[in-house]
Amino acid sequence: MDYRSMELKEIAQALRDKAFSSHELTEAVFETIDAQEETIGAYITLTRERALRLADDADKRLQASEDLPPLCGIPGALKDNIAVSGERTTNASRMLEHFVPPYDAYIWRLLEQQGMVLTGKTNMDEFAMGHSTETSAFHPTRNPYDTTRVPGGSSGGAAAAVASGEACFSIGTDTGGSIRQPAALCGLVGMRPTYGLVSRRGITAFSSSLDQAGPMTRSVRDNALLLDVIAQKDPKDVHSVTFRGMSYTESISENFGRPVIGWPESYFDSGDLNPEVRRLLEQALSFYESAGAKIVPVDLKTLDASLAAYYIISSAEGFASMNRYDGVHYGRRAEDIETIEEMYIKSRTQALGPEVKQRILLGCFALSEEHYQDYYMKAAQARSLVTEEFERVFGSCDAILTPVTATAAWPLGSLPEEAGGGKYSNDRFTLPASLAGMPALSVPIGLNKEGLPVAMQLMGARFSEGLLYRLAARFEDEHGLLPTPEEVAR
Amino acid sequence: MSIHDYECVIGLEVHIELKTKHKLFCECDTTFGAVPNSQVCPVCLAMPGALPALNREVVEFAIRAGIATHCTIEPWSRFDRKNYFYPDLPKAYQVTQNFFPICTDGYIEIAVGEDVKRIRLERIHIEEDAGKLIHQDEGTLIDCNRCGVPLIEVVSKPDMRSAEEAVAYLRKLRAMARYTGISDGKMNEGSLRCDVNISIRKKGEDALGTRVELKNLNSFNFIAKAIESEFKRQVAVLEEGGSLVQETRRYDEKTNQTYAMREKQEAADYRYFPDPDLVPVEVTEAEVDLIRSTIPRLADERKAEYIKAYGLSDYEAERLTDDKELSDFFEKAVQATEHPKTLVNLILADVAPLYTEDTVDDLLNPVSLGQLTNLVAREDINSNTARKVLKALMEDDFDPESYVKEHELAQINDREALEGAVKLAVASNEKAVKDFQNGKESAMRSLIGRVMKETQGRANPILAETMLREAISVD
Repeated sequence: MDYRSMELKEIAQALRDKAFSSHELTEAVFETIDAQEETIGAYITLTRERALRLADDADKRLQASEDLPPLCGIPGALKDNIAVSGERTTNASRMLEHFVPPYDAYIWRLLEQQGMVLTGKTNMDEFAMGHSTETSAFHPTRNPYDTTRVPGGSSGGAAAAVASGEACFSIGTDTGGSIRQPAALCGLVGMRPTYGLVSRRGITAFSSSLDQAGPMTRSVRDNALLLDVIAQKDPKDVHSVTFRGMSYTESISENFGRPVIGWPESYFDSGDLNPEVRRLLEQALSFYESAGAKIVPVDLKTLDASLAAYYIISSAEGFASMNRYDGVHYGRRAEDIETIEEMYIKSRTQALGPEVKQRILLGCFALSEEHYQDYYMKAAQARSLVTEEFERVFGSCDAILTPVTATAAWPLGSLPEEAGGGKYSNDRFTLPASLAGMPALSVPIGLNKEGLPVAMQLMGARFSEGLLYRLAARFEDEHGLLPTPEEVAR
Repeated sequence: MSIHDYECVIGLEVHIELKTKHKLFCECDTTFGAVPNSQVCPVCLAMPGALPALNREVVEFAIRAGIATHCTIEPWSRFDRKNYFYPDLPKAYQVTQNFFPICTDGYIEIAVGEDVKRIRLERIHIEEDAGKLIHQDEGTLIDCNRCGVPLIEVVSKPDMRSAEEAVAYLRKLRAMARYTGISDGKMNEGSLRCDVNISIRKKGEDALGTRVELKNLNSFNFIAKAIESEFKRQVAVLEEGGSLVQETRRYDEKTNQTYAMREKQEAADYRYFPDPDLVPVEVTEAEVDLIRSTIPRLADERKAEYIKAYGLSDYEAERLTDDKELSDFFEKAVQATEHPKTLVNLILADVAPLYTEDTVDDLLNPVSLGQLTNLVAREDINSNTARKVLKALMEDDFDPESYVKEHELAQINDREALEGAVKLAVASNEKAVKDFQNGKESAMRSLIGRVMKETQGRANPILAETMLREAISVD
């Protein structure tokens, strides 16, 4: 069974045609996991028994009826910051190594109702802080296209699982680029939806005003299909919204027309953009022009300000989100303690990793009485400017095409090329959309000479997911799906 | 200089627990005294991914408080996170309204002697309560039932000048909470909690002195005592040439002294910032008007009504309305009598003092008290008897008229019936009679007392006195 070369709707059809059962498909996915997981390390927790049980349920439903949701019986993975009651939700932290939530994330409930088969909970940077999945307290994850390289992060496990065939799709979360960047480095389509489109309830908060969950898939249509499922208003997430448009799947087949695509020079001329990445992006622009789109240069001045604003705001909110992990009510508590202060200090010192500690300190600093005005307030103002700038730009163009990352995947244990911005420079293209709450889609556009995936980012105004999918699908239809790591190796 | 040269400047921060059915951000119950940790959920336990969902009833309650205290109801207010570590605070931050409170600039009027004094309010804001720590020998236990229970914090300006004013303000605030139905304001259950900011200055000066905060005060009585004690302490420090430090002090009931609480190395920095999990609270004028229309009659309104309808004095009306339960009691009792003045005398003398800070239920059946009032007004019983019957009514409810008959308590208003007792009193009290005849008016009291004793307290005291005067007058 060659499920790895199939799109979700093809798998759904095969299940209905009884070409194979969900049980067989699930077994096949776990065979792939058994063969590769030791190398790839995509998962923190495998839920094999639950998966087979869900698969058998799905098979019963498929026997009884054809009119079932497309996801029914298809194995997928969830990032380990998404709560599934009864399963460990560790956030890749020693702090929550044994934490089993008694509740479900809203989106898991939606997916479960569809009949999704859960393969497991995927590896990530600790509490989603990082961009290579190397800050996971448990183990690194390797890029299926080159296992000496990182898969990106923080949803690196979710990306590697799909790219390696250890899941048919996955759900990641994106605060500053944590869906788009690993999707780009692992050759997947990754959507960060409009802030509020997908419920955050049951997803561990890192930075509440920035966190959004979204699908990570091999194809654009797979991605749209999943967003159709998880983009539901949650009455208990105050930021959750209803978007009453046509389904994302439907919007892909709408007339392409003559969309105006903005090309921000500031993103392309930022010094450290790898020439090969730049070349592939320019080819993508040429393709769109030949397909009838109008390409216009747009002036975006807030790229650098976004980097500073993002790290201040996300760290400030992250500081407050992390303080609950104090060893008192749940999670890891240090032993040999005399006083409550000692309990706090030892528990946190022992159970939180250096990246998380660094962000906590940064946020603690930015919010202190002395620095609040100069850091937090200024960052909040900068964020408003970023949002206003995009609103202005989207008055005259439909979408903006930019890089996702400056380079393809880099080797484990090393830093991405430095270019002034230092350690964080490889996620800066994804930050503006996060700050502005806009949707942004990472789409594979080819492989570099080393056989590593390169991607473009399509950004649009709030609720323009349908348009972004349509643009991406046009590219994908013309160029085909990116070869899987297996195909590249052959 | 003496203590009389100093002025005490007091501002209060009062936390009032709102009796909404559910907590501020989740659907857990708020019932007091439930089994520990039985009213909790992932939201109030701050589990990963749990999100707050604002209980709009809390906003309504806060607006009620704001209306009742003449505040501006802000059309836009916001929740902030106040970050600090404490085991009773699972999120490690308290959600509060630091920067933009829902109500601002109000006032409460209190009676100071014959005058009315206005105490200005700076703000009323909404916040969530923390849990409770239970210290035991083996260790400390945490009860999270109270985590996330809604509170309002009412912050006054430093407008009070004495312990009496502070207590009068608190009584008025508690009455407001009860009149508007937002809280039962019980200090013993912690639904009304008060921190006192107190400083002193020389009379006539405008600048405020160094402020001391008093915490852990759990009754009106102790608040008054703590203020007096702290005022004396501050005066003594300055008189001895010392200087005061800004600090938090604790009042010890046993020694009647305040003690500095363990001082922190530096002032706490709570790192307030807007809570990104919540959206600003928006309130329309129409909404405020609607809430205003549902607020029942408040103390000041009732007071004016009592004065007009029953001819009560300002003082009497103030005493009755000071406490909502007492006022409600009066309103029920007055329905059963035509003699409101007599009723008020009975209530203020014998019932009001029994209403403690935390009384919520009626102490006796108000209708029975109304009927008892009628007996007094008709002179069927005297006030001594009335007091006895009233005490009995607190034990067990009954019809006062039958009770009086059954126990033969009716007042003796008949000259003939009193004749014997008067004669006996005169005959057995030669000294008193002489004293009276020599112009000592007070001697009459012991003679009346003797008549009362002879009649088991049933004699009409006025008739008794008249007859005694007739019997022993020399002219």
